[in-house]
Amino acid sequence: MTAAPPAPPPTRALHDGSSAVDARVVRRRLGPGPRVPFAALLGPVLLVVAWCVGSATGVLDPRTLSEPWTVASTAADLVESGRLQDSLVTSAVRAGLGLALGTAVGVVLAIIAGLSRLGEAVVDGPVQIKRSIPSLALIPLLILWFGIGEEMKVITIALGVLVPVYIHTHHGLRAIEGRYAELAETVDLSRTAFVRSIVIPAAMPGFLLGLRFAVTSAILALVVVEQINATSGIGHMITLASSYGQTDVIVVGLVVYAALGLVADGTVRLIERKALTWRRTLG
Amino acid sequence: MATHPGLTPATTDHAPQPHGSAVRVRGLHRRFSEAGGVLNGLDLDIAPGEFVALLGRSGSGKSTLLRALAGLDRDVAGHGTIEVPTNVSVVFQDSRLLPWKRVLDNVVLGLPGRHAQVRGRTALEEVGLGGRDRAWPHQLSGGEQQRAALARSLVREPALLLADEPFGALDALTRIRMHTLLRRLCEAHRPAVLLVTHDVDEAIVLADRVIVLDDGVVRSDLAVQLDGRRSQADPAFAALRTRLLAELGVVDDADAVRTEVAS
Repeated sequence: MTAAPPAPPPTRALHDGSSAVDARVVRRRLGPGPRVPFAALLGPVLLVVAWCVGSATGVLDPRTLSEPWTVASTAADLVESGRLQDSLVTSAVRAGLGLALGTAVGVVLAIIAGLSRLGEAVVDGPVQIKRSIPSLALIPLLILWFGIGEEMKVITIALGVLVPVYIHTHHGLRAIEGRYAELAETVDLSRTAFVRSIVIPAAMPGFLLGLRFAVTSAILALVVVEQINATSGIGHMITLASSYGQTDVIVVGLVVYAALGLVADGTVRLIERKALTWRRTLG
Repeated sequence: MATHPGLTPATTDHAPQPHGSAVRVRGLHRRFSEAGGVLNGLDLDIAPGEFVALLGRSGSGKSTLLRALAGLDRDVAGHGTIEVPTNVSVVFQDSRLLPWKRVLDNVVLGLPGRHAQVRGRTALEEVGLGGRDRAWPHQLSGGEQQRAALARSLVREPALLLADEPFGALDALTRIRMHTLLRRLCEAHRPAVLLVTHDVDEAIVLADRVIVLDDGVVRSDLAVQLDGRRSQADPAFAALRTRLLAELGVVDDADAVRTEVAS
């Protein structure tokens, strides 16, 4: 820092490399502006703060919604008694089984429809018909067929999962460019190598997108089936609490559902990141 | 050998040619509709190690011929005799690298044997992409992608290299560099080459022979007899260029414009 440089004209950025002066002319910003740190947490935190304030001031009646601290201690009690974990395991197993079954069937159907014209003709129609019937509307029929036990619950979830997995995987398979098949022919790839090197990686983004939708469907279906004649699981815990007016237990149940959904979605995203490294753009 | 499936009855003789040509095409017909043929009884010979450039206006049948030689035209009607070596590589106008495979894995795609990786690395070094074997295709520039595609073709040691406007999508400066590279590679590996191009200069710079295709037959077949570095400043270069442009119907003349419009 020596003698002050002559004052730069206000309309231009004039400075030597060593100077820290950065005089630029920028336009008024019309876009949303730079990112806010921890932005994703801001909304939920505000909501909880409003809840605390409402409960503390008595604006929120405990019969409408329990105080946050009551919910916290109820959660602790439920964990201590083991009831929460048991319910969670039951629910997670249901959702997981339904998800696995639905995904497997969805992928197999998509491959049949995606790799052969005849397969598409046979498979696609029924799946599209199923798509227009919400799985939950099938529950009365499924109860008649499979009873009110676990079987019915898992199958209902699987039916909800199957459709998005099929639709997106099938689309991914169909979107494989003919030019890649041509390339495979010119380098004399075998059919197995073609499926391994081209078909599967090309269909992977579609499949994973389908899986993310499927996870949401699975949680949705889980919530519904657990409120029908369930004798265990988070849904059963909530239904029971509802008849006793225990809003704290209900809130704990809802939080667990939310956590289940978030964890499942996060897992799929993680798989997506690992499996689709090639799609990540240069940093 | 190479009987291309669907290449109808006429194809009979697949024995290696005693007279030693890499490509032998006789009476090749191809048509996409009843209206008219794209190839109408085309004959073509390419000697081993010979570099042939194929010029022609759009729709003259250049790509159709190349795809026929590559065995990629099973859905096209036609007949004729095609004899090509077993080991044919194709370079497309787009690099056609699989975006989900790293560059090296793209180069050795479908290559059998334990030494594939080593050979792939050598090929990448040869095209000036040494050390980029772990890169994803999208991290390469257009020119680099096309280099990787060249490496993928050459690592297979083809007896015939078919290139369909391989530099058509590159900028002018990159294209010049690629010309030098391709010449060097071809001198090292000596495959027979058939290069389809729109670019008359590119044809003269690279090829031993330039063929002009018109209406599905060979209209002219000219040897490029220029020594050493082929310079556009060379009068012989300019003469050949004018001649080829004339064959392609491009003449700096109002009459030519009228003919063009009429056709």
